[in-house]
Amino acid sequence: MIRLTGIQRHFQVGGETVHALRGIDLAIGAGEYIAILGPSGSGKSSLLNIIGLLDHPSAGQYELDGRDVTALADDEQARVRREKIGFVFQFFHLVPRLTAAENIALPMVLAGVEPSRREERVAWLLEAYGLANRAHHRPDQLSGGQCQRVAIARAMSMSPPVIVADEPTGNLDRHTSQEVITLLESLHAAGSTLIVVTHDPSLGARATRQLHLDDGLIAERPLPDSPAD
Amino acid sequence: MRIADLSAFTWQVMRGNRGRTLLILLAMGIGVAAVLMVTALGEGARRYVLKQFSGLGSNLVIVLPGRAETAGGIPGFITGKTPRLLTLDDALALARSRAVRRIAPLIVGTGDVHWNARTRESPILGTTADFIAVREMNLAQGLFLPESDPHHGQPVCVVGARVARELFGHTPALGQWLRIGDRRFRVIGVAAPQGESLGFNTDQIVIVPLAAAQALFNSEALFRILVEAKSRGQVAAAKTDILEIVKQRHEGERDITVITQDAVLSTFDRILGALTLAVGGIAAISLSVAGILVMNVMLISVTQRRREIGLLKALGATSGQIRLIFVSEAILLALAGASAGMAAGWASQFLLGHLFPSIPFAAPWWAVIAAPATAIATAIVFSITPARQAARLDPVAALAART
Repeated sequence: MIRLTGIQRHFQVGGETVHALRGIDLAIGAGEYIAILGPSGSGKSSLLNIIGLLDHPSAGQYELDGRDVTALADDEQARVRREKIGFVFQFFHLVPRLTAAENIALPMVLAGVEPSRREERVAWLLEAYGLANRAHHRPDQLSGGQCQRVAIARAMSMSPPVIVADEPTGNLDRHTSQEVITLLESLHAAGSTLIVVTHDPSLGARATRQLHLDDGLIAERPLPDSPAD
Repeated sequence: MRIADLSAFTWQVMRGNRGRTLLILLAMGIGVAAVLMVTALGEGARRYVLKQFSGLGSNLVIVLPGRAETAGGIPGFITGKTPRLLTLDDALALARSRAVRRIAPLIVGTGDVHWNARTRESPILGTTADFIAVREMNLAQGLFLPESDPHHGQPVCVVGARVARELFGHTPALGQWLRIGDRRFRVIGVAAPQGESLGFNTDQIVIVPLAAAQALFNSEALFRILVEAKSRGQVAAAKTDILEIVKQRHEGERDITVITQDAVLSTFDRILGALTLAVGGIAAISLSVAGILVMNVMLISVTQRRREIGLLKALGATSGQIRLIFVSEAILLALAGASAGMAAGWASQFLLGHLFPSIPFAAPWWAVIAAPATAIATAIVFSITPARQAARLDPVAALAART
């Protein structure tokens, strides 16, 4: 599904070059559940941005679904992103003036999906994610957990094969975190490839595979036989 | 992205930022309304002047004594060529031209008009029977000056509507004898109220036979001769004939000025048309100022909405879509602003029309098209920079922005 070869990413900060990623080789199969762990500054967000096609690597090759997407033009990347990748962010990133239903429909609006099909899909997602009675609420009228559920519904609206979640529970309390994780894992169970970036080891431990990033390099560890909880 | 979705999205943005939206609407609205108002004033003035001129009568040629053009450079009194007076016989001679239908020589002066104990100072107009036809005047009562030898005036007169009202009050004016200077005249007609035409109000005058006026003012010299050509096409021929006839009679000297109504009309038409265009252009500058406001507000909006732009990119929006979102926002704002401005423009035009009913205020058709078109074009032009800036944002940085 995803194959990264020799991926590097440098940033110019002031006069210095910061090496966020120093050569990542990684293959992720379809339907995998991967946690990317590491302290802040280890390069995990940079890696996620490259996998999510939000950022270009400075060097290396990225193959998605058998297609080389390293050197795609911005607009072509946008199209791949729209169809293949669903994003879940730490800060939800809902558009404040839009209702839950409108936020969920946004990727389909951008893709030009017909309104009738769109409504059908939004209704289904709202129902499936327990948001049916929140459809016409704006983000400021929703709890954090509800916001993140809306964000996940939005990520799923185009049924992308890959879900990329950056600290999805970073802004939630323990109880709602649990809900959100359960929801994400149900997507994985339904066949999506799930990539979660977190610094929370207990959350990382639930994944079927853990990648530990340290100073821009991978230290992959095998899964312990029994998860922590 | 579908157009309906795009406009719905834009509409939500506009509704979500009411203060900002109102500000732009106001600027655009004022600009468009200003263009409409200013051009309506110009056009109103133009039509007013044209109407005043056509109020003089149709196919009119006006003959003035003296020559308006500069010739030679040596004043006439040195060379001994003083302009000759224009006389009644000159006027009668003009009727020889085939292009001329009627003539009306004029003498104008001021005199005291007495009736019983009442006195009124009034402009006195000496002319002939054809004046009423040339000038397209109407009578309210009685008859106009009789057709007779213009060299001999009968003691009759026609009074203007206001003169009749103020001098005679409720007494019927017809048949009354009034006195002008040392001569007595019998009122045989009352002119219908006509209003003003080029500052000359026929409601206030007293019309007497030409010969009587000559005697009253002790002068042979005509003030002007009004000539009516047989048709609009004959106006030029009439002008040539008039110049020729007078030249013959004045020993080869072309010492008159002939003004055709058309020439005056088209001059005024051109001047006022250009003026309207110029002031309209100045008003259009206010629209481009509104455009700069649009750009500023949009640039602020791009900064404020960085996270949203980052999100849209993450959700698969192409640069083109981002640009489109911002440009269409500007277009929608301009459309709304232009409609508001048009409404305000029409409303004030209507109001002005009520306050000054004599001036036909109406924005010319080109301004009605140009004002909103300029507004929209300005909005597009000035939203391109902000839109491109938005499209160029790096999604990672934009998503991380703290606003």
